[in-house]
Amino acid sequence: MSQISDLSQATCTEIRDAVRAKKVSALEVTKHFSARIKALDPKINAFVTLNEKAELAASNVDGKIARGEDPGALAGVPMAVKDLLCTKGLKTTASSKMLANFIPPYSATVVNRLEAAGAVTLGKTSLDEFAMGSSNENAATGPVKNPWDPEYVPGGSSGGSAAALAARMAPGAIGTDTGGSIRQPASFCGLFGIKPTYGRVSRYGIIAFASSLDQAGPMAHSTKDCALLLETISGSCAYDSTSATIEVPKWSEIIKDDVKGLRVGLPKEYFAEKMDGDVERVTKEAIAALKDRGAIIVDITLPLVKHAVPVYYLVATSEAASNLARYDGMRYGHRTSNITTGSLEEVYTRSRGEGFGAEVKRRIMLGTYALSSGYYDAYYQKASQVRRLIRNEFLSAFESCDVILSPVCTSPAFKIGERINDPLEMYLNDIFTTSTNLAGLPGMSVPAGYSAKGLPIGVQLMTRHFDETRMFNVSLALENALGAVKARRPHVI
Amino acid sequence: MTKDNSNKSLDLAAVRKVAELSRLELTETEMKAYAGQLAAVLENFEQLQAVDTKGIEPLVTPTDLSVRLREDEAVKTKDIEPFLSNAPARSGNLFKVPPVV
Amino acid sequence: MSSEAVHTTGSTSMAHYGDYEPIIGIEIHAQLSTKSKMFCTASTDFGAGDNENICEVDTAMPGALPVVNKRAVEFSVKMGLALGCEIRKRSVFSRKQYFYPDLPKGYQISQFDLPLCEHGEVDFYLDGEKRKISITRAHMEEDAGKSTHHGEYSLINLNRAGTPLLEIVSGPDIRGPAEAAEYARTVHKILRYLDVCDGNLEEGSFRCDCNVSVRKKGETTLRTRVEIKNINSFRFVEKAVEYEILRQIDCYETGEKIVQETRLYDPDKNRTFAMRSKEEAHDYRYFPDPDLLPIEIDDSFINAIRSTLPELPLKRAERFEQSYKIPTYDSLVLTQEKALADYYEDVVKAAGGNAKAASNWVMTDLMRELNESKKTVETSPISSTNLGKMIALIDKGTISGKIAKTVFSEMWSSGKEPETIVKEKGLVQITDTSAIEKAIDDVIAASPNETAAYRAGKDKLFGFFVGQVMKATKGQASPDIVNQLLKKKLAGS
Repeated sequence: MSQISDLSQATCTEIRDAVRAKKVSALEVTKHFSARIKALDPKINAFVTLNEKAELAASNVDGKIARGEDPGALAGVPMAVKDLLCTKGLKTTASSKMLANFIPPYSATVVNRLEAAGAVTLGKTSLDEFAMGSSNENAATGPVKNPWDPEYVPGGSSGGSAAALAARMAPGAIGTDTGGSIRQPASFCGLFGIKPTYGRVSRYGIIAFASSLDQAGPMAHSTKDCALLLETISGSCAYDSTSATIEVPKWSEIIKDDVKGLRVGLPKEYFAEKMDGDVERVTKEAIAALKDRGAIIVDITLPLVKHAVPVYYLVATSEAASNLARYDGMRYGHRTSNITTGSLEEVYTRSRGEGFGAEVKRRIMLGTYALSSGYYDAYYQKASQVRRLIRNEFLSAFESCDVILSPVCTSPAFKIGERINDPLEMYLNDIFTTSTNLAGLPGMSVPAGYSAKGLPIGVQLMTRHFDETRMFNVSLALENALGAVKARRPHVI
Repeated sequence: MTKDNSNKSLDLAAVRKVAELSRLELTETEMKAYAGQLAAVLENFEQLQAVDTKGIEPLVTPTDLSVRLREDEAVKTKDIEPFLSNAPARSGNLFKVPPVV
Repeated sequence: MSSEAVHTTGSTSMAHYGDYEPIIGIEIHAQLSTKSKMFCTASTDFGAGDNENICEVDTAMPGALPVVNKRAVEFSVKMGLALGCEIRKRSVFSRKQYFYPDLPKGYQISQFDLPLCEHGEVDFYLDGEKRKISITRAHMEEDAGKSTHHGEYSLINLNRAGTPLLEIVSGPDIRGPAEAAEYARTVHKILRYLDVCDGNLEEGSFRCDCNVSVRKKGETTLRTRVEIKNINSFRFVEKAVEYEILRQIDCYETGEKIVQETRLYDPDKNRTFAMRSKEEAHDYRYFPDPDLLPIEIDDSFINAIRSTLPELPLKRAERFEQSYKIPTYDSLVLTQEKALADYYEDVVKAAGGNAKAASNWVMTDLMRELNESKKTVETSPISSTNLGKMIALIDKGTISGKIAKTVFSEMWSSGKEPETIVKEKGLVQITDTSAIEKAIDDVIAASPNETAAYRAGKDKLFGFFVGQVMKATKGQASPDIVNQLLKKKLAGS
């Protein structure tokens, strides 16, 4: 047993400190979590591929420490990485049959930055195919189970990362968020999860779903871990022209539990939505906790956010239909072996028909339709115009408040299979999260309580563009105020 | 494909056309399922038409970033094999594909 | 380029079009001579081995993103300015979507509704008359890869994929085949002057697509047009357009319908034929590329490029004609290529200003030698300085025009300076009258019969005496002095 009392329960920050202080070796840490994956993942199904070189990478960190070199800000911290981020030489599937055997020739900037900081990529986690979904049921390797109750979904699309983290199969994880894919599974699994400001984190090497909405971000067990992970992966990247050159604060050192005088805005439209009683109760408790600590609660209005779902789905599917055109079975990926005529058209349509799952095909169809001749103005163009209006609404709302608080979802996790056959119902569930991506704002899910059945529920924080600092401060205040929330453990452990 | 404002449901011909444009081979069953689902989704999305967007410039990228240009420097790819090894079929270093003419 | 490229006479008469009038517009695709590709750092040297210059971006690996090459933008602005275009301060890249194996992403990044350059024009001479063709737009885009066909399969080489292209679109202003070819030559010439495109037609660095339609004279609307694609020589532009005009007239006359289609030109059979393609109308589903923010350029960027613009070919030709007093034809030939025009001006300078002689030597002797040995002025063994000095030697009377021919060929083979050659070979012209007088006296003494005959009135024999004197002086006697003295002596002194 290591010098840390319980490695499984340790945060990334604690592990990093222990490894740097030589209280535990990076190799021991990696072995510990690899063993947990072996023991627990058959029940959870969070991982798609394990990194066979994880122990080697951990040993390299130990070697650096032995030689007195700087092992990095994440020395020896094992990471679960969503299988949407390319990892050089390590299979990357996007949970799609299309990329079942794809070995990337390069790594995503996020992966390079994590590894350069001494983090160890433990394995690649399951997702809704190509990040399209909110339940992790649309995955080539089958549904992922929620560690709090295996009959329930972990949320999606970063469901594998969330479940791996909740089951303590890794102390930190990377997800991606296009319309809520970090925040919603974080809420369903009782985790901190942040979608940074658009442009904060390089998208290079992250398999694109919707280019103008996608952002990668950390999921973790504490505000400080999120801050530490985010500051490591953030910053301008020469290979992503949409990445921002704006300075990255050292959040892990500067964030503070101080909300005194901070104006917390509550959008009345969000609270008018039909929502689960438990969600309403938990959200109100979080608001009360902030008020107790000196925050000023203000009502705000965002009249157009009620249109966020259609705007989101039109923009996202249009971009996705285009981004997914490269999966044509010519240079990589699935090519049909069922040949009738062998014509180019047949190989294209059959390879794509076989390689993509139902939800991906549905979204490609919707996106192609929205961009097609005669429909562009009414769908894609119209949605992009309303998108600007939504962003403007948020910008003016932030004149009367500093942070916006809302539920993450209308309900806690739902049962596997419960919504799979009603895509519209599934889409409408993204009402609270999609507008953040449309406006490019940072958003975060903070664990805030539990449903009567004992399933976790999070609240969402949003701040101005590039104002993650204030969001972390509020998150830290909630984390300290709601200390009891963290004490519970998922059933699986 | 013509837009029918009175009835938002997509007919099978429209779905077939979109599938062709998307290069997706779909079974009749899939085609029918998508027709119904997409019609329901599009009907819900009609709510956008009520928003006044006259003169509003579409928002493509959500932050006010300006483009960064790259200096014209060429980098030799050291090892091209990993860019070719995922190919379903190849001939030497070329990608082998179905006949295009 | 040879003088063959100068086309000042329209060889095709319009008479045989009857009461029809052709309407032609040309799209030129010019590869910009950057070191790296439009959106990635792979080399543009596509003569390399199969797929040697590829990377994750041009092979459209999942997650790869485009970053714009600054020099490609600069080159495009430069050409735009040379074409007198307005340069758009905020231009947008759009995706043009279609499936083809040589198009890895399933879309081409191009510009659609907001191109970089618009509303320019090009001037040139045709049949001695100045013509003006409008430029609708010039926009940036990327080239596709190359496919080769082998019956049962095709092979794809992506070395060329992503090479920057400038597409230059003319207005439908061109009214005949000769004008079409001359327009293309002019644009080609300007690109070469600016050094933004190597202009190699055989290798596809400069490709022409001609849109041709015909209508009855007096009609104001356009009839159906046909696009002739990828014509790779100026001569073929003329021939293909001529064929297509006659074909369309013939169709209308026989009551056949013209269908809007893409045709190819077969130079061996001198005819155009329809490309085999699906009847399905293209729906490119253009939309702004969310991976690329708008290109924003300011006045200082544009002015910096403007300051590097060289004197353009037609302006230069007009200046040559005026200040050097040389014929229009000569000035056009001499300004075909910037290097040739530079060379010519250097010759004039070294020759002490004898522009006419410089023009004659460059256009006849030099260009003949260059053509025969497939050299250019840049690789000419005779430097501009040496050619100019040689002309100065003639003007000073040091050598005769006849001897100059010998000096010229000696300079061609040895590269030596003219003075050195004259000295080494003893080619200095004899102007010493006493030496010439002596030679004349000897000839007269040796030819008593001819002398008698001449003096009896047989004037024609004068040439005989000149020949004999020149022979005696090994051709070095000054012809002027020989003539003068011989006349005097034969007159019977």
